[in-house]
Amino acid sequence: MNLKTEEKNGILIIFVKEERLDAHNSNDLKITMQDQFASGKKNLLVDLNDVRFIDSSGLGALVSGFKNAISHQGSLKLASLQPQVKSMFELTRLHRVFEIFGTTAEALDNF
Amino acid sequence: MEKNEIEVDIKVPNQTRYLSLIGKIGEDIAKELDRYNGDRDMLAYHINLVLTEAMVNAIKHANAGDPEKMVHVYINISDLELLIRVFDDGQGFDINTIPPPDFNTLEDRGRGIYIIRSLMDSVKYERVNDGNMLEMTKRLC
Repeated sequence: MNLKTEEKNGILIIFVKEERLDAHNSNDLKITMQDQFASGKKNLLVDLNDVRFIDSSGLGALVSGFKNAISHQGSLKLASLQPQVKSMFELTRLHRVFEIFGTTAEALDNF
Repeated sequence: MEKNEIEVDIKVPNQTRYLSLIGKIGEDIAKELDRYNGDRDMLAYHINLVLTEAMVNAIKHANAGDPEKMVHVYINISDLELLIRVFDDGQGFDINTIPPPDFNTLEDRGRGIYIIRSLMDSVKYERVNDGNMLEMTKRLC
């Protein structure tokens, strides 16, 4: 899976550089987030700007990351969701769980 | 076949790497539906999604991740209705025992069948010949 990471103001940003976040590749994202929390990172931001398609496994990977963040007294926030990706968060009520921002810059101001 | 009807019958190995191929076929078919009055891009996304969810269900649960098995997908789309059948030759499961997700507890899994049920008008899973078939339909007019 193509992921790019960048650190800004102590926040690790993971850019998902894939068109699909699905059952084929979402476990890679899940493991990357697990590793980051395990290595002591507290605050993660996942940027989904390139993702045009998400399925229940992709949503599940993000839920897993969210729970991981809580158990490490950290946080996981999301940015740059495409409209159809956002509609999946709404369908599964996960938009009530995650803090979702329009842009990475906006998200960084809210940690 | 009726006029304006598209039929696709395809078999792929029981591996998640083929999800995007099948999803894309469904999406491209939806974009050909000139007479569909609703949001065609949204319909395309939903077809991609239900195909993906149904295939994952077959690959991981019914066929128990066995890469030697095959998943058989049949799509029939007319001006009136979209019909999707996903066949597996695994053990199967009882779709009616799968509860809807509990929105108050955060689980990693358990949203796939809920998504299919939310986006389609009818969903059933039954034993056919030597395997199982997940059949789902959606009215298009």
